[in-house]
Amino acid sequence: MYSSNILSITTFIYGLAGFSYLFAWVFKKPLIGKLATWVAVLGFAGNTSGFLWRWRESYQMGFGHAPLSNLYESLIFFAWTIVAIYLFIERKYNNRVIGAFTTPIAFLAMAYASLSPNISDRIQPLIPALKSNWLIAHVMTCFIGYAAFAIAFGVSCMYLFKQKDTDESGPLLKFFPNINMLDELTHQLVMFGFLFLSAGIITGAVWANSAWGRYWGWDPKETWSLITWFVYATLLHARLMRGWHGKRIAILSIVGFGAVLFTYFGVNLLPGLHSYGAM
Amino acid sequence: MSNQVIFADPLEKIWRFFTSVRLTIVLLLSLAATSIIGTLIPQNEEPAAYFQIFGGVLFRLFSILDIFDIYHSWWFQLMIVLLTVNIIVCSIDRLSTNRRILFVRNPSYNLARFRNLKHRETFSTESSPGQLKKIYKKFISRRFGHMRVEETERGIAIFGEKGRWTRFGVYTVHLSVVTLLIGGLIGSGFGFDGFVNIPEGESSRHIRLRNSKAVVQLDFEIRCNDFEVSFYDSGAPKEYRSSLTVLENGQAVLEKDIIVNDPLRYKGISIFQASYGNLPSNEVVLSFTSKKTGMIYTKNAIMDQAVDLPEKLGTFVLKELQRSATFKGHDIGEAFIGILTPPAGDPVEVILPLRFPSFDKMRKGNVVIAVVEHVPRFYTGLQVNKDPGVWVVYTGFILMILGCYITFFLSHQQICVELAGTGRKTRITVAGTANKNNAAMQTKVSRIADQLAKWGTIDRHPST
Repeated sequence: MYSSNILSITTFIYGLAGFSYLFAWVFKKPLIGKLATWVAVLGFAGNTSGFLWRWRESYQMGFGHAPLSNLYESLIFFAWTIVAIYLFIERKYNNRVIGAFTTPIAFLAMAYASLSPNISDRIQPLIPALKSNWLIAHVMTCFIGYAAFAIAFGVSCMYLFKQKDTDESGPLLKFFPNINMLDELTHQLVMFGFLFLSAGIITGAVWANSAWGRYWGWDPKETWSLITWFVYATLLHARLMRGWHGKRIAILSIVGFGAVLFTYFGVNLLPGLHSYGAM
Repeated sequence: MSNQVIFADPLEKIWRFFTSVRLTIVLLLSLAATSIIGTLIPQNEEPAAYFQIFGGVLFRLFSILDIFDIYHSWWFQLMIVLLTVNIIVCSIDRLSTNRRILFVRNPSYNLARFRNLKHRETFSTESSPGQLKKIYKKFISRRFGHMRVEETERGIAIFGEKGRWTRFGVYTVHLSVVTLLIGGLIGSGFGFDGFVNIPEGESSRHIRLRNSKAVVQLDFEIRCNDFEVSFYDSGAPKEYRSSLTVLENGQAVLEKDIIVNDPLRYKGISIFQASYGNLPSNEVVLSFTSKKTGMIYTKNAIMDQAVDLPEKLGTFVLKELQRSATFKGHDIGEAFIGILTPPAGDPVEVILPLRFPSFDKMRKGNVVIAVVEHVPRFYTGLQVNKDPGVWVVYTGFILMILGCYITFFLSHQQICVELAGTGRKTRITVAGTANKNNAAMQTKVSRIADQLAKWGTIDRHPST
């Protein structure tokens, strides 16, 4: 399949982009940083066309559906959303060090999708449970939320590195954005992610009600999405109502992303109704 | 909370306890942590299975703590109730302390507050305050919902504000959580959740409830006319389809084919395609080959219904399907057994094994009977629900999305443009605040100052 080839190439482009961002940061080469941006944009274009091409191919195979129906396709969309949000942030804040901490996540998602022997990149027709208009709304909202949390995770890690040396900024940390900006960016991303996670859980609940006759059933995936929601709700309340800032918020954001990862991958090890997410 | 305050009233103490955000954080994290258990230990299985896995001591301990049905345990539900009370009390408390900010017709502005802001934009123009006032009033009232002009000791101040209502966003989110829980309670109090298996061609009104052995009787009947399952070439299921008819007093009132994701709804009850299974077949396509003429006749035979054969060959009745029939002591596998009654003579038993199509030739009768097609028979597994709380829950969903959006991305913004006349020149100071994302507000203040400077220096009436 043509789209799988495009997406395999995209994986390497993302790898190159992540490497360039790291290189530009560590060796202080702003020109390489500019190059990294263009490589990331190229990868993003490849990711977009791979996604759209796969959609088209599924129609050519006679059972057209949006490429959001299994683990492979969700990883592709996850990477796409991460890079989209990252490029927006880079443009807005004009800082490329964040790229060194976020584009590698997109690369890892794509590499896992393309290289893992357990993940099939074949376009499969939809099983009856997935034949619903809610598929697109549910998967897209969830993964936009997950991607925002992934970037918040990267930014929180940067915060923890940066706050370690307070007095003399080391040569590597000098190019980090201002520590308050990192803190504020984490907060903004978590709010954005929380809105979409809520929307994702809600669209999932409405879908479950039309497919299985219940909007909530304590299925492991549902429960883990709620656990994730609880963690980020804690973060928002701690920050807005109890004035938590900096380190504690960064740690909560990292714990929250751990819950996201478990919701995404770990739950597949547990029995439940969402098993098609594992294929 | 300040420690010096001593509350004499115990009610007051309880109220104070529930206004604590620390309680919210503890409850949210406890709910998150305990929810994990239920995803690691499969819920609502047979006690014997648990006993085998965990052994006697752990089994008894887990049973006491309701670990096997954790989300319905008293302590988990208590945490949800505490969180709900916490949300309600916090919201009421904050609404009453902020009522002067939240409920105002004509907002008043504190000039000193704007003068003390760290970020202010200042510029001068050649126009007089009187000229600028008119232009700037128009500018501010177009961009901000509420506008007011006040005289100051230096000149005039134009105040503007918008988005005061966005302060209600957070209460909307809290209201949505309470709405969701009320919807859930209505569902579990006045609804039910059950299933029924209906063989093709039959009907039922008895719904077996999940999590209990009780049976609910519907005031209508559901008939399954037909069930079909189709597969992709890969073998994966493509579609499960049940053709259903709703019967009231034996009269058909509604017909619908249901598939997964497209249920039938009738009188507040929803019927979902959930599963299916095979039943012993009671219909088969048979071929009858006449020995005399060599003609082959194909007929459908239904269990226990006589089939008249042409050429005066007699009648044939299908009697049963044997899972493993025997012939002269040999197992011949699945076989239909029928009775052939010739016009003259005794009825004979006919064995029609599915594995050997030409088996009946050995009987050497006037007619050779063979199975052409074995029509499979299914039952459809239906999930039957009633949930009158679902619309309350959906209302909660909408409130939550709206509330989160308002809370996170909209803010209450105030701006002050102060005009101080110094001779023919006017000195203009722009300052603004927002209750959220103040950094973005400061960018906005700078942008507005730029525009005001442009509008003020160009000495013509801006009509665009």
